[in-house]
Amino acid sequence: MGSNMAEQHPVGFQWVIEAKERGAKVIHVDPRFTRTSAMADRHVPIRPGTDIAFLGGIVNYIFEHDAWFREYVEHYTNGPVIINRDLQDTEDASGFFSGWNPAHSAYGISTWSYDKAGGEATAGKSEQQADVSGEQAHGAHGMKLEGGQPPELDATMQDKGCVVQLVKRHFARYTPEVVAEICGCSSQDFLAVAAALCENSGRERTSSIVYAVGWTQHTTGVQNVRAASIIQLLLGNIGRPGGGILALRGHANIQGSTDIPTLYNILPGYIPMPHPQSHPSLDKFVELNGPDTGAWGNLRPYIVSLLKAWWGDAATEDKDFCFHYLPRINGDHSHYAMMLGALDGGVRGMFCVGQNPTVGSANAKLIRLALAKLDWLVVRDFQPVESATFWKDSPEHESGEVRAEDIQTEVFFLPAAAHTEKDGNFTNTQRLLQWHHKACEPPGECRSELHWIYHLGKAIRKKLAGSEDPKDRPILDLMWEYPVQGPHEEPDAEHVLMEISGRKPDGSFLSSYDELEEDGSTTCGSWIHCGIYKDGVNQSARKKPHTEQNWVAHEWGWAWPKDTRLIYNRASADPEGNPWSERKRYVWWDAEEGKWTSVGDSPDFPPDKAPDYRPDKNAKKMQAIAGDKPFILHPDGRGWIYSPTGLVDGPLPTHYEPQETPVRNPLYAQQQNPTRQVFHRPENPYHPVNGEPGSDVFPYVLTTYRLTEHHTAGGMSRTVPYLAELQPEFFCEVSPQLAAERGLEHGGWATIVTARQAVEARVMVTERIKPLEVEGRTMHLVGTPYHWGGVGIVTGDSANELLPIVLDNNVHISEYKVATCDIRPGRRPRGRARLDLLEQYRQRAGVKD
Amino acid sequence: MSPQLETVAWPASYGEHAQPRMGFFTDTSVCIGCKACEVACKEWNQIPMSMQGFTGKSYDNTIDLGADTWRHVAFIEQKAPARVVEKLPTDVTDGASLVDCAARAQAVEGGVQTYQESDGFRWLMASDVCKHCTHAACLDACPTGALFRTEYGTVVVQEDVCNGCGYCVPACPFGVLDQREGDGRVWKCTLCYDRLKDDKEPACAQACPTNSIQFGELSELHERAEHRLARLQQAGQDKAQLYLADGDDGIGGAGAFFLLLDEPEVYGLPPDPVDTRRDLGEIWAAAGAAAVALGIGLAAAVFGGQR
Repeated sequence: MGSNMAEQHPVGFQWVIEAKERGAKVIHVDPRFTRTSAMADRHVPIRPGTDIAFLGGIVNYIFEHDAWFREYVEHYTNGPVIINRDLQDTEDASGFFSGWNPAHSAYGISTWSYDKAGGEATAGKSEQQADVSGEQAHGAHGMKLEGGQPPELDATMQDKGCVVQLVKRHFARYTPEVVAEICGCSSQDFLAVAAALCENSGRERTSSIVYAVGWTQHTTGVQNVRAASIIQLLLGNIGRPGGGILALRGHANIQGSTDIPTLYNILPGYIPMPHPQSHPSLDKFVELNGPDTGAWGNLRPYIVSLLKAWWGDAATEDKDFCFHYLPRINGDHSHYAMMLGALDGGVRGMFCVGQNPTVGSANAKLIRLALAKLDWLVVRDFQPVESATFWKDSPEHESGEVRAEDIQTEVFFLPAAAHTEKDGNFTNTQRLLQWHHKACEPPGECRSELHWIYHLGKAIRKKLAGSEDPKDRPILDLMWEYPVQGPHEEPDAEHVLMEISGRKPDGSFLSSYDELEEDGSTTCGSWIHCGIYKDGVNQSARKKPHTEQNWVAHEWGWAWPKDTRLIYNRASADPEGNPWSERKRYVWWDAEEGKWTSVGDSPDFPPDKAPDYRPDKNAKKMQAIAGDKPFILHPDGRGWIYSPTGLVDGPLPTHYEPQETPVRNPLYAQQQNPTRQVFHRPENPYHPVNGEPGSDVFPYVLTTYRLTEHHTAGGMSRTVPYLAELQPEFFCEVSPQLAAERGLEHGGWATIVTARQAVEARVMVTERIKPLEVEGRTMHLVGTPYHWGGVGIVTGDSANELLPIVLDNNVHISEYKVATCDIRPGRRPRGRARLDLLEQYRQRAGVKD
Repeated sequence: MSPQLETVAWPASYGEHAQPRMGFFTDTSVCIGCKACEVACKEWNQIPMSMQGFTGKSYDNTIDLGADTWRHVAFIEQKAPARVVEKLPTDVTDGASLVDCAARAQAVEGGVQTYQESDGFRWLMASDVCKHCTHAACLDACPTGALFRTEYGTVVVQEDVCNGCGYCVPACPFGVLDQREGDGRVWKCTLCYDRLKDDKEPACAQACPTNSIQFGELSELHERAEHRLARLQQAGQDKAQLYLADGDDGIGGAGAFFLLLDEPEVYGLPPDPVDTRRDLGEIWAAAGAAAVALGIGLAAAVFGGQR
């Protein structure tokens, strides 16, 4: 669901085929009939943006049919926890939870907490203050619980204030009929999916849920995933073989680039980036971000070891280990915030590395206008992609809105090396790191990212050498020496990996994050990766064939944390430590040996903690995790069916309509996610929605997606002959019914219009796109793959031109998956006439600037 | 019917150098239409781009096999009657209606039965390639010897011998052979003859993520295919069939054969391909007979006229 795995992850999909050959059932819930649907046992089409309604319906089904895994829920989740009695649910407050502050468009979350929980939930706190709205919450770390115990529990799970009862009530109106009405599927289809999932879960069986960007690219993106978590926890499908929620990533190593982040708001290993006001010292930072209990209780050794890895001898205890050297964030500095900042003239320069935002980002025209405000822009890519050529060639040049001579941005293009031309790691969805070796030197001036950033750092340090300015100390004190090799002085990537893995005081390698010290005697570049260079061996480069080891394949690559292939795998045994069933035996307690053992994986639990271990009231850190609490990253060791902290838009998922939608929200008076980030400005107009005057001007639902044949914004595929020829032109997919309604001809041209842009596409009329009956009317879908742009072997308009910028406020991801549009036959007008067409539409719809 | 493994030239003419006959078994029931085979083939064999533009033929923009496309994935969007599920759960303990139970049974019991089907609609995908026929007419049509039967029993064009006469083109019952524009020579799948010589599998088979393209000894591939077919048929895929695996067919079976989920015509494949030389003997005999008859007639006319 929310994934087109066969098309976007064809290599990984071989294992779905393999599972299917062994009897697994594959169900695909997706607006379109894709190559994944073609291989599935069942395809259920739903309206884009209605995933929570569908998943909430499954939660309701689970309770209605008493299909939940009671023992698992009682012991391993926060199902029995009593929540603050002052919590008001969306069911009581017209689609709002308690704590809504309309002035800040944000929630105060004090009523969302565990009942009688001492101390303040720190996460989410900053979000309530307008000046830092949009900061990442990181809340799972931030709850203080005495001895790791929720203060109030009802093991019978009958108390109206306990999580199970709250969840049951929250989703009680998500009946099969309501699901059908909102999603546009039949209630029979829905019931078939719900029944199949429930019947394939329990002691003997497990089910997994696969998602990808089809879930995340919504104004309810995070809550889509939360909804799946609730289902999987209720059914006992987490931490057990064959279960789980598989987050398929947008492309190779996206997982790796969040673990060792390219994100603005986290440090390696998901340690939050400090804030200027609330984190004046290391002590304060640890106090506000680390709970006392669970694996995050050790935040101090994690960050001290990181600071030691970065600043070495300069990072002394009396200098707070150079904590003050870390950059601070004082607000939302994510991709779109940065682009909007650039548009307003607040950003001077930008590095654009392996990204092509003028094709890949929503409202591509706004992005181009923003880039044109920069003094300088560095683009590193294989080819001069549209983001490097926007200054001389763009739709705005064609329409006469801009001229090359008026754009002052100085653009530097640096050619990049391909993954075959450098050493390094890819991390997959299973947190598995697989080392790849360089096959050949990169051609010409192409260089790896490591080469570029290392030598850039060297050059900057050279320029700053001898500086007395305190602001230069963080750069000058940085540990920045790596051995180089080969004709281009390529830094040795394995030495970076050694730094990430970490060392003991004597310089030998650490084997696990349990060994990290808070006194500065250990170094570790990323605590979750600690041990990847255990015993002086690059563990991620292990490639023992599956024929020479069992199915867990423990000697293939390395998975964080602690080489754990199945995270939270303590949950694969029952509370007493015995396998739930022989069939699903994975990790269990060996009473004779007094330790956890497994079929071949690392137990994700303290190895000798007995199932009957109970912490005392004063226990801290891992001591506070009981022997039957598998979710060790949480302060209570429980899986969170209900999320008391960490999210800005509610402790439970709730169905809200997308920003642009042809229908009203049938469940709540509140139409859209109230916390979503909207940017009302002339460059980013939104459409009127259901019922509002002018909403009928854009009557169709638009969705964007990718094809197997191309790679994201096209820089790696439109420029490659063998891929370019496979999908040579931008096309849109419409149903025969919509084609008839709008006079669209198969193989002909269509113009798709929103208030942002008008683009032209070839028309593919296909039965694979199905009109859906939603709230008593027919909803038509216009499907658009977004790969094309102005340069390359094959070119065309880009679908992302059509989308507005509107974000999920938890993670600032835009709603790429759904908007509204109009579609008309024929090619789009050229030059100024294109702007005139847009203006007509805006006036007809009454779109305000 | 087991295929005919031996061809005219193989293995006899290779003597002790003969290798087992190698081939492809393309199981279209697990093809996900990723086209990795097309791309891998072009990469390995350095085939030029063959841009055809947007064709509107589902996701197929390469259309067919040719001089510049040696592997081709077809996409067929097909309306098919929805499968009727006869089995209902007997125990309706959870109070579900019969309609719900029927839907449930379909989802739970479906399994392997419902490959590529949904609501009476299915999207078939299949990777096509040169068939490396047992009776390969192209071999006889080639006047230069550019086309030859290798020690693996495969059929290969030697690019440095082919003179571009094009005689082989109409000889192929599948339309595989094709002259490259601006070059004139005929190019087609070599079953990666160069890779075979290095004990490597062909590029397309190696790239195929779902093992839809299987490479191996032909006799072994046939066994695998029979098992697979039986399994699919058992699961209710009553139109599933092996294509070109029969030694008694018009080409004596092929080195590259297929498991299809529908009739060959659905995939654009000839249902009953025939070795184009098959009737040559009869044609020559008839021509000979006609010549003899004509000779007799002439003789009669000439000699019979003498009075």
